[in-house]
Amino acid sequence: MSDDNPSTGAGGSPGADGVQLPEPAVRPDVRAAAMRPVLETPRWWWPTVLVLGAIVILGIVAWVVQVVDGLGVAGYNNQAFWAVYEADLVAFIGVSYGGAVVSAILRLTKATWRAPLTRIAEATALVTLPVGMLFIIPHLGSPWRIWELVWPPYWNLSSPILWDFFAVSTYLLATAVFFYLPLIPDLKIAQQWLDPDRRGLRARTCRRLYRVLGGNWDGSAPQRRLLHGAIGLVAIMIIPMAVSVHSVLSFAFASSSRAGYAETIFPVYFVVAALYTGVALVVLSVAACRRLWHLEAFIHPRHFVRLGFVMIAFGAVYLYLTFTEYLVDGYSGTTDDAAWVRQVLVGHYWIPFWFYFVAAGVVPLLIMAIRRTRSAKGVLVASGLVVFAMWVKRLVIVIPPATEPLVRSPLAASGVLAGSWGSYHFTWVPISITVAATAAIPLLMLVVFRFVPILPIFEMEEADAEEPARTAAAPAPPPAPALAGQGVGTFSAATRSSPLPDMGSGPPPTLGGANLAHGTPPCSGGVTATGGSW
Amino acid sequence: MREVKRGVSQEEAQQHEPGCQIGQVPVTVGRRGFLRGAALGGLGLAASGVLGGTLGTAPSSSAASAAGNAPAKAVHQWAMVIDLRNCNGCKLCTTACQTAHYLHEDQTWINVFTMQNAAGESYYMPRPCMMCEDPPCVPVCPVKANFRTEDGLTLVDQSRCIGTRICMNACPYQARYFNWRAPRPAPRQPFPQEPAWPVPQVEGTVGKCVDCAAMLPSGKLPECVSHCPMGVLYLGDLETDVAVNGLGNTVELSQFLADNDAVTFKESYGTHPRVFYIPGHGQALDTDAADG
Repeated sequence: MSDDNPSTGAGGSPGADGVQLPEPAVRPDVRAAAMRPVLETPRWWWPTVLVLGAIVILGIVAWVVQVVDGLGVAGYNNQAFWAVYEADLVAFIGVSYGGAVVSAILRLTKATWRAPLTRIAEATALVTLPVGMLFIIPHLGSPWRIWELVWPPYWNLSSPILWDFFAVSTYLLATAVFFYLPLIPDLKIAQQWLDPDRRGLRARTCRRLYRVLGGNWDGSAPQRRLLHGAIGLVAIMIIPMAVSVHSVLSFAFASSSRAGYAETIFPVYFVVAALYTGVALVVLSVAACRRLWHLEAFIHPRHFVRLGFVMIAFGAVYLYLTFTEYLVDGYSGTTDDAAWVRQVLVGHYWIPFWFYFVAAGVVPLLIMAIRRTRSAKGVLVASGLVVFAMWVKRLVIVIPPATEPLVRSPLAASGVLAGSWGSYHFTWVPISITVAATAAIPLLMLVVFRFVPILPIFEMEEADAEEPARTAAAPAPPPAPALAGQGVGTFSAATRSSPLPDMGSGPPPTLGGANLAHGTPPCSGGVTATGGSW
Repeated sequence: MREVKRGVSQEEAQQHEPGCQIGQVPVTVGRRGFLRGAALGGLGLAASGVLGGTLGTAPSSSAASAAGNAPAKAVHQWAMVIDLRNCNGCKLCTTACQTAHYLHEDQTWINVFTMQNAAGESYYMPRPCMMCEDPPCVPVCPVKANFRTEDGLTLVDQSRCIGTRICMNACPYQARYFNWRAPRPAPRQPFPQEPAWPVPQVEGTVGKCVDCAAMLPSGKLPECVSHCPMGVLYLGDLETDVAVNGLGNTVELSQFLADNDAVTFKESYGTHPRVFYIPGHGQALDTDAADG
C-alpha cells in the first residue's frame, strides 16, 4: 500500500523483458466522463436515492410482517409450496449473468466494442447477484436458522440446496474479483482525479478506498502483463462458474419426481434463460447510465444493437428449448406430464405462459429481425419486455408443478386426470419484496458509481492504443439524423465500410459535440463537459 | 423379515398379468441409490457424513435391504396396512390425527382422497406418510432435518428444519405439510416436543405423519388406527410379522399381504413404502408410472 505517486497510464515504462503491451494512451475525455458520477452530484441524485430507498424499506417491512405472521401471508399453501420467492431467486440471480457475458465472453472472443460497457455490466452483476441471493431469506420458513447453512456439521452434502449455496457463493466471489481486477488501474487514475482539496466523508472514503484497493499499481509493463493474465484467467473461470450456478439451481427443482420439475432439459434451460435476461438487463442498465451520466460520447446506439443481437441469440435458443420441453412432455402423453403441459398451455396458467411467448419469445425476435425496429430504442423496448416476461416465465416454471395433485385417480371416468390442483395467490407481501429487490438494483448501482469510475478507463485507453490508426483513419461520420433511434441503421451501414468497428475507444477527437452519428441523443449536454474542469 | 416383504412384492409381480393396473416392478437400485452413489463417489464422502448425522440415524441402504441383510438391530420395523375394501371415507382418522397433534385443518397428515375407478365409481384412499425405506425427502434436506429411525420411521427434526420445503418437492405422495402460520396452541403433552411427538408444531418448519412414533413403544396404536371404525388401518411390524387394526383384529402380516394382493403406492418410484394397500374394487394405484 504505497502512497507514492503512481505514474499511471502514459508514464508506464516498457517492461524489461520481451513482450510489449501497447502503452495506454491517455484519454482525458474518458477519464472525465468516467469520474463524473464520483465528482458531481446531479440534482436528481438524492431524490432518486431517497425514493428507491423508501421502496427498499417497504420491502423490508413486508418481510418483517412475513416473519411475524408466517409464510402463509405470502400466499403460500401446502399445494403451492414454492412460488414467487423461488422464481425471484432464479430470476434475480439470472440477470447477473449479463456481467459474465458482456465482460467475460466478449473479452475472450476479443470483441473490442465491449470495452465501454464492461464496468457497467460487471457492476450490474455485482449488485444483482447479492440481491438475488438475499431471496433465500424470505424463501426460508425459518430464516432465523439460516446460520445452519454455513455450519458444516449440519451440512447434508447430498442436498441440491446446499450445492446451490456453494455454487452461488463461489460465483459471487468470482464476480467480485472480476469486478475488482480491471478496477485496479482505474483506482489509481481516480485517485489522481480526485481533488485533494475536497473535504467531506465521501471524498475521504473515496481517497482511502482508492489508496487501499489500488495497491501498488504503477502501470509498468510487467504489472500490466500480470493484470491481463489475471483478468484472462478469471474471465475463463467465471464462465463455467456461471454455467454451474444456474445448472445447480435447476437441480433443486429437477431432482424430484414431479412432472414439470423432473426435466433433464432444466440445467440448460435455466442457464440460457439467465444469459438471455442477463444481457437484457445490461442493455437496460447501460441505457440508464448512458442517459443519466451523459456517456453518449462513448456508448453509441450500435452498442445496443450489438447487445441486442447477443440477447436475441440466447432468446432464440430459449424459445427453442421451451418448444422442445412442452412438445416432448405433451406428446409423450403420460398422465402426469400431459396434465401439467395442459395446465400450462391451455389451463390455469395460459395467460402468463402466452404472455411470455409473445413478450419474451416472439416480439424481441421481430424487433431484431425488422430493420426499422432494429435500433437502440427497439433493443431497449425488447430488453424491458424480456426482463419482465422472463420473470413471469420463471413463475410459470416454478408454480404449476408445485400445485400438482400427486394423489389422484388415473382412471377417472371423464378421461381427465382427477385430483385437485393447488393454486397460488399473490399477496402484497411478496409483491412488495420483489419490487423492493428490483429497486435495490438501481439504488446499489447509484451507490457503486459514487465510488468507482463508471467507464473502464484503463481498458478503454488500452483498446485505443491497440488501434492507433483508428482515430486518424476513421471516415468522417455520415450526416445521420440526430435521433438515436433512427440513426442506427444508417450508422451500422457506414461502419461496415470502415476498417474496424471502433467500438472500444469512444469518439474520434471531434469532441465539440458535432459527433451526431454516434447517436448523441437530444440531451447531449454531456459531451461538452469532458474538458475536465476539476 | 424383509425377505417376507420382498417375497410379497415378487409374488405379486408374478400374480398379476402384465396388463393389470397394479404394476409391481422389482427395483434393485433406486434413484435415491443412484444419488447416494453419486454423492459417495463423486464427492468422495463417507457414508456417515452424507446420510448419518448427529441424530444417530441408520441410513437405509437399498442395496443392503435388497439383499436382505439390512442391519436390523431394532426390535420393530413399523409398517402399515390400509385395507381399501373397507374404507367408507368417514375421515375420522384425519380428525383424530389433527386433534391429537393439534394441527390446522389444512394439515392432513393422513388424508383421505376420493378416487375414481375405471367404472367411474368412487372409492376412498387414506394416505399417511409412506415411511419409505428409501425416502426421497431425506437426502434433499440441506441441514439433515429429515432422518430415518432404526425402526423404519422417517421423521422431521423441527428444531433443525429451516423451511426450504425441498422435501415437499421430493415427496411423491404429497404427504408433507408446512406450518405456514403459528401452530394451534397445545396443552402440556405427555411427551416432550421431539421428532417422535412433534406437538405442538413449529412455525416455519415442515411437519408430517410420524406414525405416532412416541406412542408405539408403549403398545398404543397410532391415533388414526385406533379411531378407524371400519378397521381399515392396521399397524404392522415387519420384525414380528404381525399387524393389528383398531377393531382388535390381529393378522399375520406377510400372509395377510400375500393373501390379499397388497400393493404399495407408486412402487415404480423406487421408494419402497412401508404402507401396504389392499385394493378392493379393482382400483388402480399409480398406473402411469408403471407403464411400459
